[in-house]
Amino acid sequence: MQNDTHIKIEQLSFYRSRRTVFDNISLEIPRGKITAIMGPSGTGKTTLLKLIGGQLRPQQGQVYVNDTNIQQLSRQKLHAVRKRMGMLFQNGALFTHLSVFDNVAFPLRQHTELSEALIRHIVLMKLEAVGLRGALYLQPSQLSGGMARRVALARAIALDPELIMYDEPFAGQDPISMGVIVGLIQKLNKSLGLTTIIVSHDVAETSAVSDLIYVMAGGNIVARGEPTAVMADRSPQVHQFMRGLPDGVVPFHYPAIDFYEDFVGCKQEVVS
Amino acid sequence: MRRNIVLELGHRGVHYGISLGRSGIFLWQTVIRWPQPTRSFPLLIQQIYSVGAMSLSIIMLSALFIGAVVALQGFNTLEKFSAEQELGQLLALSVVRELGPVVAALLYAGRSCSALTAEIGLMKATEQLDSLDMMGVDPLHFVVAPRFWAGFISLPMLVLVFDAMAIFGGYLIGVEWLGVDQGSFWNNMQSSVDFHIDVMSGFYKGVVFAIVTTWIAVYQGFAALPTAEGVGRATTRTVVYASLAVLGLDFILTAVMLGGW
Amino acid sequence: MDRDMIIELIVGLFMLAGIAALVVLAFRVSNISDHVSTDGYVIKANFDNVGDLKPRAAVKLAGVKIGRVIDVQLDTKAYKAVAKLWISNDAAALPTDTSASIYTAGILGANYVGLIPGFDEAVLKDGDKIEITHPALILENLIGHLLFKTEAK
Repeated sequence: MQNDTHIKIEQLSFYRSRRTVFDNISLEIPRGKITAIMGPSGTGKTTLLKLIGGQLRPQQGQVYVNDTNIQQLSRQKLHAVRKRMGMLFQNGALFTHLSVFDNVAFPLRQHTELSEALIRHIVLMKLEAVGLRGALYLQPSQLSGGMARRVALARAIALDPELIMYDEPFAGQDPISMGVIVGLIQKLNKSLGLTTIIVSHDVAETSAVSDLIYVMAGGNIVARGEPTAVMADRSPQVHQFMRGLPDGVVPFHYPAIDFYEDFVGCKQEVVS
Repeated sequence: MRRNIVLELGHRGVHYGISLGRSGIFLWQTVIRWPQPTRSFPLLIQQIYSVGAMSLSIIMLSALFIGAVVALQGFNTLEKFSAEQELGQLLALSVVRELGPVVAALLYAGRSCSALTAEIGLMKATEQLDSLDMMGVDPLHFVVAPRFWAGFISLPMLVLVFDAMAIFGGYLIGVEWLGVDQGSFWNNMQSSVDFHIDVMSGFYKGVVFAIVTTWIAVYQGFAALPTAEGVGRATTRTVVYASLAVLGLDFILTAVMLGGW
Repeated sequence: MDRDMIIELIVGLFMLAGIAALVVLAFRVSNISDHVSTDGYVIKANFDNVGDLKPRAAVKLAGVKIGRVIDVQLDTKAYKAVAKLWISNDAAALPTDTSASIYTAGILGANYVGLIPGFDEAVLKDGDKIEITHPALILENLIGHLLFKTEAK
C-alpha cells in the first residue's frame, strides 16, 4: 500500500550565488491531492519544482519522492523517476519545430518502444482530454497561448505520470481560458488521481481549487493548511499576501529619504 | 582609482577563466555524446542540412567572387614581371592554403554559428531545454550534440567546395577573360600544388575551425541568459569570438604547418 | 515523410558536392599523381654547390620531367651536397656515365636537376650514384668571374 505522502522535503536549504533561496524548509505533498505553493514573485517557487524533479540539488536537506531520496539516484534511476512526473511550464515550452502531434508524441517516442499506430491512439486520447484533438497537425506558432498550454499539458500527461506540476498556470489568462485550465486541473486530479502541485501567485483561483496550501516568503514557509485556514491567517505577511494588500510587510514605498527633505532640500522642522 | 582598474581587470580575468573552464567541460560532455545511429541519426542529418547544405549557396557565390578577384589582382601584378603564366599557381595556392579555409570559416561563423546560438538560446529562453530535462531527455544529447557534429562534418566540406569554386572563378577570369593560356594555367598549378601539403593542410585547418567555431556557437547559446537581450548578446558574442578564433588559429596553424613541412 | 526524404536527399547531395570538390582538387588542381613513389628508383648525386635546389624540384632529361628531388643533405666528410633523386620507371634507362647539372627554370624560376645521358652500356639502378656533376651557377661567382676577366684584359 503506497504511502499517503507522495513527496517529502526535509530541512532543505538551497543557495544560489550567495543568495539564500530556501532556508531549512520542510514540507509534504499528499498523494492524489492538489497542493498549492504560493508566494510573492521571486521566492523561488519554480526552483522548488526543479528541486523536486531533481534538476537541481539542494546544498542541505533531502527530497523524497515515494520514499526514495532522489539525490542518491543514478542518472538512469532519476530518469525513471522523471518519467513518472509531468511538468507544465509557464509558457508551455512546446518544441517549436514540431507539430502538435509530434510534441505530444515526443515523450512516447523517446521513452517507449510503442508502435506508431499505438502512439497515435494515445496522442489522440491525450489531446481529446484537453479538448484539442482537432488541432492535431497544427504548428505551435499557429496556436494561441492558452491552446499551447493545453497541448503542453497533453504532452505532460502522455506517459500517464503519477505527479503533475504546474508552474504559474493561471498567469495572464483571460477568463475563458482560465476556466478551461482550472477545469482541466480538477478533472485530471479527480479522474486520474494525479498528485498535483500548483505553483502560483493567483490567490483567488488557487484557493478555489487546492486542497492544501503552502505560502512561502523570504525562503521560509510562512503558512500551511487548507485554503480557508490560510485565508483567515492573521500573521501580517500571510495576511498581506492572501488579501492582496498594497502595503504591509512588503512595503509600498521603495526605500527613500524623507518626502519633505526630497522636495524642500532640508529636514522638516518639528514645530512643537 | 588605479586600484579599482586593477581589481576590475582581475575580476574580468577570473570571470573569463571560469567561462573558459565551463565551456571546456561543456565541450567534453558534448563530444562524448556521439549520436547513436538509430535514435539520433535523423537529428544529425537534419542539422547537417540546416548548418551545411543551406550555406552552400553563400559559400559558392563568395568563392566565385574571391577567386575572380584574386585572379584579377594577381594578373595585374604578375603582368609587370611577364609572369602571367604563374597565375594558376598563385590562385590555387592562395585559395587552397589560406583563403579557402579562412573565408569559408568566417562566412560559416557569420551565418551558421549565429543561427545555432540564436536557436539554442531561444530554446533555453522558452524553457524548451528545461522541458526536455524534466521529460528525462538529455538536452546535451538531443539538442547540442547533433548540432556540434553537424558543424564538424559540414565546415570541412564547405571548405573543399569553396576551394573548387574559387579556383573555377579564377579560371573564368584568368583564362576566359584576361587571356592567360589555358594549358600553362593548369599545368603550372598542378606542378606547384601538392595535394598533401597544400590541399589537405587547408582541409585540416577547416576541421580545426569547424570544431572551435561550432563549439563557441553551441556553448554561447546554451549559456545565454534566457531573455531576448541575453540571446541577442550571445549571438553577437558568437560571431565575434568565432571570427577572432578563426583568424588567430589560422596564424598558429600556418606557422606550424609551414615550419613542420 | 516527404519533407524528411527531401532533407536527406539534399544532405546527400551536399556531401557529394564536398567529395566532388575534393576529387577535383586532387586531380585537376594538385599533382597527386606525383605521389606514386613505388614505380621508380632512387639514385644519388654529389654536388659542389646545390644552389637553391629544394626537395620536390624536378629532375629533367632533355627538358622532360622524369623524376624529382627527394632530399638534399650535406656529406660532412667530403663537404659536398648529396641530392637524392627519384627517377620514374617510365623514363628511359640512364647510362652509368650520365651527368647531372643544376639549372634554373626561366629567370625567376626554381632550380631543377638536368640530366645529360652518357654512352655506357650499363645503366643506373636503385642506390647508384651519378659521378659527373656540375654545380649550380651562383650569380655572384659569375659576376666576379666576368669582372676578373675584363680586368685581366
